[in-house]
Amino acid sequence: MILQSLKMAWKAIATNKMRAFLTMLGVIIGVTSLVVLVSLVNSATKSVTDTISSLGNDMLTVSISDNKDKPLAWQEVMALQDQYGFAEVAPLATASVTAKKGSTSDTIRLTGTTPGYAAIQGLTLAYGSFFNVADVNNNTYVAVVNSYTAQTLFAGGSAVGQTVSLGGVAVQIVGVLEDEEGVLGFNSQSLEAYIPYTTLMRISDSVREVGSFVVVPPAGQTADQAQATLTALLLNRLDGDAEAFSIVNATDIANAMESVIGTMTFMLGGIAAISLLVGGIGIMNIMLVSVTERTREIGIRKAVGASYASIMAQFLIEAILISLIGCAIGILLSWGIVFVIGALAPAYNFGLSIGVIGIAVAFSALVGIVFGSYPASKAAHKNPVEALRSA
Amino acid sequence: MIQMINVSKFYQMGDETVHALDHANFSVAKGEYVGIVGPSGSGKSTLMNIIGCLDTADEGEYLLEGQEIGNYSETELAHVRNRKIGFIFQDFNLLPQLSAAENVELPLIYKRVAAHERRQMVSDVLDQVGLAQRKSHRPAELSGGQQQRVAIARALVTSPSLFLADEPTGALDSKTSAEILRLFDQLHQQGNTILVITHNEQVADQTERKMQIKDGHVMEATA
Repeated sequence: MILQSLKMAWKAIATNKMRAFLTMLGVIIGVTSLVVLVSLVNSATKSVTDTISSLGNDMLTVSISDNKDKPLAWQEVMALQDQYGFAEVAPLATASVTAKKGSTSDTIRLTGTTPGYAAIQGLTLAYGSFFNVADVNNNTYVAVVNSYTAQTLFAGGSAVGQTVSLGGVAVQIVGVLEDEEGVLGFNSQSLEAYIPYTTLMRISDSVREVGSFVVVPPAGQTADQAQATLTALLLNRLDGDAEAFSIVNATDIANAMESVIGTMTFMLGGIAAISLLVGGIGIMNIMLVSVTERTREIGIRKAVGASYASIMAQFLIEAILISLIGCAIGILLSWGIVFVIGALAPAYNFGLSIGVIGIAVAFSALVGIVFGSYPASKAAHKNPVEALRSA
Repeated sequence: MIQMINVSKFYQMGDETVHALDHANFSVAKGEYVGIVGPSGSGKSTLMNIIGCLDTADEGEYLLEGQEIGNYSETELAHVRNRKIGFIFQDFNLLPQLSAAENVELPLIYKRVAAHERRQMVSDVLDQVGLAQRKSHRPAELSGGQQQRVAIARALVTSPSLFLADEPTGALDSKTSAEILRLFDQLHQQGNTILVITHNEQVADQTERKMQIKDGHVMEATA
């Protein structure tokens, strides 16, 4: 019986192709926007989270807001590495000063740290080398600059070995970073330099004791375990005041990011689902017209023995079929659109999200059932005598 | 086969109650070929609808093969129409988008006959009405007489207890009408029960027994 109803529905749709297509249009647009939007957001999320985890998912950033008049010296922080077996520990401070080379001068952001920071952040050098532990111990005036700074201040010439004035102090450049491809695909367009932590203490008045540092957990330990260790030792160090410091786990950031993107997917999907709903109203509208037009057909079918249920099934299946065909066209269209966008932006690995296709199919079927029910029941309720009499 | 006992049907027309059927009493035996004649407005259509189980009576009893139809549900009426009644209408009532064979097949689909059996039955009855060569034509591609023969084949295919024809030659010329009536004769000779409702005396004269309907009253014709 279902197979017969499918055949009848197919025949009815095939008889009036243009109308069927226009009826489907709402569903086609709804499904396409749902599948394309969710697929794009999913693919983008995946590349963003991949990038975040490649930056070192297990990195912890410690910030101290209140040192209880017992400041942490950089030596004390560095000593934590051996005391607790952390893979890396690097104090961190930033300051903005004026960089001057010849007649060129501009504001530069200085990051004072230790060599371990290069490994933690995955900084790679194009020329020269990173400063070493001895440079930190001896507060040597050396710096590693990003490639934009090298290009700006040294106009393409080799920057390594040259001297630049940072905040009025002459500093020798020992390394230039690789041209970085940022997380979202754009290069840094600002002047940045990494210098030994101790050197920054000399250049900038505001940097004295350690306000923040980054830690990489010991091999075989998770970020959460290392966080527990750090929390315990800082509580002990800062009079048991949990408010005096904060530890940010990179996993937390990734999780937060994922939840933000999850919310975004949900909202975009919701908007697309609304357009699918509008498509359903279109189906109901046309089905109602169709039922009126086919009153005589309904009368004939009832005269030869079609029951209430068979007429109901016939029109309901027709509505579901229209919705599902529209859904199939929409999925094909989405596939094309995602393919083209993927070809234009290969970095993101755009692909159709299988999950959302399943949702689209289920939702379209539901739309067909919900919006087909009323016209179908109207058809099934027709009085055969009156239906046969209609033109 | 058919028995009507004091069957009445009323319609409300404004303030007035119209008796479309007024205590109709008659019966048709199995294998009979009966004509019911009456002018338009005499209650013919109402009678046909009740006999054909498209509608139910307001009063009285209608027995089809001994079964009281009066309080059947919609689904039960559909079932009876499907198995026991073969309709033949004035304007054929074929579905325009279906071929002749598909039109004939329709009642079998609702009867849930298996596909391979359906094919055989359809081609048998189309043979019987002389349209084997035209089975894939649509109604619009067939003449009036051919369309009526498709309709007869559709009625025939379920082997109904009763053939119920409403003005079967009303839309046909006299030559084609004669052909259709000859087909009815054949069906009758094969032992089928046929009831023809018409306003045309000549059509009714072809039947075995003639009745008249007037102002909702049904009576034996006194010819």
